[in-house]
Amino acid sequence: MSRQPTGTDKGTSKGAGPRTAVVVRWVVLGVAAAAALVPLLAMLDFSTRTPTGGRSGGAWSSLTTDPDLSAAILVSLQLALLTAVVVVALLLPTMLLVALRLPWARQPLELVCLLPLAVPAVVVVVGVAPVYAWVVYLLGGSPLNLVFVYAVLSLPYAHRALAAGLGGLDLRTLVEAARSLGARWPDVVLKVVLPNLTGAVASTVVLVVAVVLGEFTVASLLGYDTLPVAINLVGKRDAELSVAASLASLLLAFVLLLGLSLLPVGRRRRAAPAAAVLSPTPAAPPGTGAPS
Amino acid sequence: MSTATRQSTTGAAGLGTPGGVEVRLEGLRRSFGEVAALNGLDLTIGPGELVALLGPSGCGKTTALRVLAGLERADAGTVVVGGRDLARVPAHRRGMGMVFQAYSLLPHLDALDNVAFGLRLRGVSAAERRRRAGEALELVGLSAQAHRFAPQMSGGQQQRVALARALAVEPSVLLLDEPFSALDAKVREQLREEVRRIQREVGTTTLLVTHDQEEALSVADRVGVVRAGRLEQVAAPQELYRRPATPFVAEFVGQVNRVACEVGAGGAEVLGRRLPLLPGSTTTSGPGTALLRPEDIEVAPEAGGSSGGAPGGAGARGTVVQLVFLGAATRAVVQLDGGGEPLVVHLAARTGEHTAPGARVVVRAAQVPVLVR
Repeated sequence: MSRQPTGTDKGTSKGAGPRTAVVVRWVVLGVAAAAALVPLLAMLDFSTRTPTGGRSGGAWSSLTTDPDLSAAILVSLQLALLTAVVVVALLLPTMLLVALRLPWARQPLELVCLLPLAVPAVVVVVGVAPVYAWVVYLLGGSPLNLVFVYAVLSLPYAHRALAAGLGGLDLRTLVEAARSLGARWPDVVLKVVLPNLTGAVASTVVLVVAVVLGEFTVASLLGYDTLPVAINLVGKRDAELSVAASLASLLLAFVLLLGLSLLPVGRRRRAAPAAAVLSPTPAAPPGTGAPS
Repeated sequence: MSTATRQSTTGAAGLGTPGGVEVRLEGLRRSFGEVAALNGLDLTIGPGELVALLGPSGCGKTTALRVLAGLERADAGTVVVGGRDLARVPAHRRGMGMVFQAYSLLPHLDALDNVAFGLRLRGVSAAERRRRAGEALELVGLSAQAHRFAPQMSGGQQQRVALARALAVEPSVLLLDEPFSALDAKVREQLREEVRRIQREVGTTTLLVTHDQEEALSVADRVGVVRAGRLEQVAAPQELYRRPATPFVAEFVGQVNRVACEVGAGGAEVLGRRLPLLPGSTTTSGPGTALLRPEDIEVAPEAGGSSGGAPGGAGARGTVVQLVFLGAATRAVVQLDGGGEPLVVHLAARTGEHTAPGARVVVRAAQVPVLVR
């Protein structure tokens, strides 16, 4: 019995192209995922292997019990948080000021912010070491002193993230509208600019945290025990623990990144029901001439 | 103003300053480098009045509005609102409402919260500001869109919300900075009629800045024409159009024909008539150029293709070179036999239907005062 062609058949015969595209897409995704995950899985494998060929969670449980490592984790987290706050608090008002009042300073500011990318970390250390002698003399030897140099090292990434966010806003009009409605400058920053830069600020924080958690050279040469420095030291006496700490810091950075990137979604979710409820467009009240 | 007082005394939807306040701009000067945006601008706006500042791009009209709003500082001059000198008062304390040319809704807030934003800054309780914001949205006909965000609204709706937001704070003065220019023609016309209705209802003193003369003439109580940072003339729309104070005003507002004439003894011989001179005429004797509106030129067919034909016998002869049908009237371009700039005239619909390019006509000035330069 001959089978009549159906819509499904037509779709199938024409669907060879799209199906190939889907296959290619999954293959590319698989290769990329393998490239990212295989080293991580290898790290997990190594950190849980015992010399006799068995499995053990000893290295992972030592993460919290090893006093050097746990102290370093705490220091790095504090540094990450503090540096993110300092960078946003310094850079955002500066960039607002430049955008609204000093447009001629936009390029010089960008240049200054990008400079740390062009200067090798070793050179930075040579430059800041005499300054840090004074910092230690005045503030004591806390590793949190690194926040100053980390803020500088984070500037290129923070500047790009904030510049992208500011570029998406009609900043001048929004600020002037807010001012005319009675907003003081702190109100403008906190109630108008910041809520519209949630994504950019979150990106900035993520990048700053990533820079701080991964920075080794400056901390090591200045003699502070941050997480990367501690991992390096631990690696000399306990390779499994060192790899477990590396993987844990990667996972920590990933979780932070994921959490921060979800922040602006709250606002989008808030907008979505309104769109759903009000669509299709309700008729405008008589006489309003509301356009479509 | 307390809530109780406000409810009992304010106008439509409880918005605006009842009766409005007087605004005086005196001798305003503002330069940007070498360019003088304001060059001694003086303007008084009566309580509850809507004045439009009209002028070409770069004439200083927006700068004047921004100085009044406190967003720009004047190099010299005073701004007095309700008898109070605002020279040292920052923008956020001036108590004015402003609608911008660009859509200025805060993207992270819905329409209702946008309208309530100014009230929130003033510490009004949540319930009260929701009520007042709701009233303001109702005034502009957007109650149904209260929970929409800016990207979910059209340009016209966004400008209505911006207007509601400006009115919700009961401003002493409402400032409109080319608020319709980003909208398409139909929405623009609807919205400006609506703004006029609301402004009359609320009674807030209003300054509108625009480069669109139709907009200025149709909504304003008075129109000020700005040129090079100074006011050329401030007058009611009809007076501005019929009795321009300077040749610039005559040529900028509406359309004019430039007709060679002979001036003397307080009058000018123009197209077969002797017309009285308007006070702003810059030529008072000898040859000059009369500025005549298209509707101030009478047109008649040339009788039998020969001399005569114009009402009263005198006039200038010419040929119709172009006709543009406008519906209620027809615009005709007439080239006079003696040469010179072609005249643009308006023909009544019936006359236009019976006229064709190439037709011989006699044109003559209507008996109106004329400006001569």
